[in-house]
Amino acid sequence: MVRRTNQEWLEALRGPEREQPLADLRTILVRGLRVALAGQPKVTEDDLEDFVQEALLRILAALDSFRGESRFTTWAHKIAIHVALSELRRRRWRDVSLDSLTAGMDADFLPETFADPSAGPEEHAVQQMVLDTLRRAIRDDLTDRQRRALVAARVHGMPIEEVARGMGTNRNALYKLLHDARQRLQKALVARGLPPEQVLAAFGIQAEVRDAATKASKI
Amino acid sequence: MKAELEASELKKLVRDVLSTRSNEIDCDECLQQLDEFVEMTLAGQSAADAMPLVQHHLEQCDSCREEFEALLAVLTSLL
Repeated sequence: MVRRTNQEWLEALRGPEREQPLADLRTILVRGLRVALAGQPKVTEDDLEDFVQEALLRILAALDSFRGESRFTTWAHKIAIHVALSELRRRRWRDVSLDSLTAGMDADFLPETFADPSAGPEEHAVQQMVLDTLRRAIRDDLTDRQRRALVAARVHGMPIEEVARGMGTNRNALYKLLHDARQRLQKALVARGLPPEQVLAAFGIQAEVRDAATKASKI
Repeated sequence: MKAELEASELKKLVRDVLSTRSNEIDCDECLQQLDEFVEMTLAGQSAADAMPLVQHHLEQCDSCREEFEALLAVLTSLL
């Protein structure tokens, strides 16, 4: 197969004789998807062909948006993976009703206590305070839509694009909805006067988020 | 039907709430930069430092992280 630079890929795919570059790209993407989907159950050869076909259409339609900040083939793999995994998520969740998953759930999805035998009395007190604060904030500060989205995504592990589909919106809007929910919960914890470092330590969470949490407490 | 968060999920919720930023990017913005982020990661450069908003989004969003890991696996297999 001919190796092409980014510019050569773009010119070849935009040119009048694009059968060969398209065939080459198809081969590259099929090979890539075999690796990308290796751990996914129930993916057939027909599925692979369908995913690649759909990806090729999107790639051709989006050539003008390729900014050249990666190799062209990396960009193309990214699109093919997005097409394939989105479809597989859709299939996995298509028979699940969001309404039945979230019916009757308010803040009850938080456990009463955090079962942690290694926690001392002080850590246990902080854990309990966090749980109580989160439960109250989920019940009082979140909208119904935010609560439903939180339950579906957090308790049931539903991918946010599938939650979005069930709620009649798209995944960007759903991410923003959940982002706003997290901000409200964060604000409730800050208002309770719980230093983020203390909360993280009480739950045995590594310090990776300390900077962001400390910054948020100063806002 | 499952009705309650497990301990590890609760820890993740607490971590995610505390690490929430005011300036997060959405899934499309993350996906737009994912190819560059993965290539930097593979080149041994600190993608998280160079593109902290992408890194943060990947920590918050399971779907985007799944796509990141798949793309990383594909490029790694080609090395």
